[in-house]
Amino acid sequence: MKLTFTIQGGDFTNAGHPSSEVKKVLKQLVIDGKTIKNIVIALYEAEVNVVAHAWKGTVTVEIDEKKITMLVEDEGPGIPDIALAMQAGYSTASKKVREMGFGAGMGLPNIKKNTDELFIESEVDKGTKVKMINYF
Amino acid sequence: MKVSEIVEKLDLKVFSGQKGLDREISGGYVSDLLSDVMGNAQEGEVWITLQVHQNVMAIASLKDLAAVILVNSLEPHENTVRHSDDENIPVLGTNLSTFEIAGKLYQLFNQ
Repeated sequence: MKLTFTIQGGDFTNAGHPSSEVKKVLKQLVIDGKTIKNIVIALYEAEVNVVAHAWKGTVTVEIDEKKITMLVEDEGPGIPDIALAMQAGYSTASKKVREMGFGAGMGLPNIKKNTDELFIESEVDKGTKVKMINYF
Repeated sequence: MKVSEIVEKLDLKVFSGQKGLDREISGGYVSDLLSDVMGNAQEGEVWITLQVHQNVMAIASLKDLAAVILVNSLEPHENTVRHSDDENIPVLGTNLSTFEIAGKLYQLFNQ
């Protein structure tokens, strides 16, 4: 099964839509509750990263019998230093985004904690690809 | 304990999500950082916060929280109310501070 979604940078009104849809699908497939929770946390954080930092993005989710693969690709400023971005508490979020309660530097650490496999590729001024895999 | 019981005992205002008032509460979580709630809150908890925008409801829904309590007489945004009604997750309000309402909820929960 394959699901695709688009995300608009700066559009916080729809942040959480892809993760909400994926959650519904996984519930129907009778996936273990803890696994669904992990997947939803990781995907939501990746979506918010696109909304908060990038210009636009796409979410592609593939589900088979054994695993879920979530690819979040954006056109945006990219991440100059991925190791630094992975550090808890490090954030480049704007003041507006922080006032909403985002941008605490917890997004990527949350993704790391809740995925079985995580791959991040980024090019400055081009964009970022985040691939997350969770096994059922 | 149900959401309706804390509404009554803590004298909370019900802004929206009335259909969710019979949700069962498993505990409480206090935070204004959304990623913190996303990462650490547990299903069935009541979330105490000062954030009033609709992303609060996205998180409450994704995490299957029982209800949200807004502190300091804050009111939810219009689209927060709509989302709360759609998801049947009540948004409640108090004129108390986070410290006070969290203390009262904790006490009620540990009676």
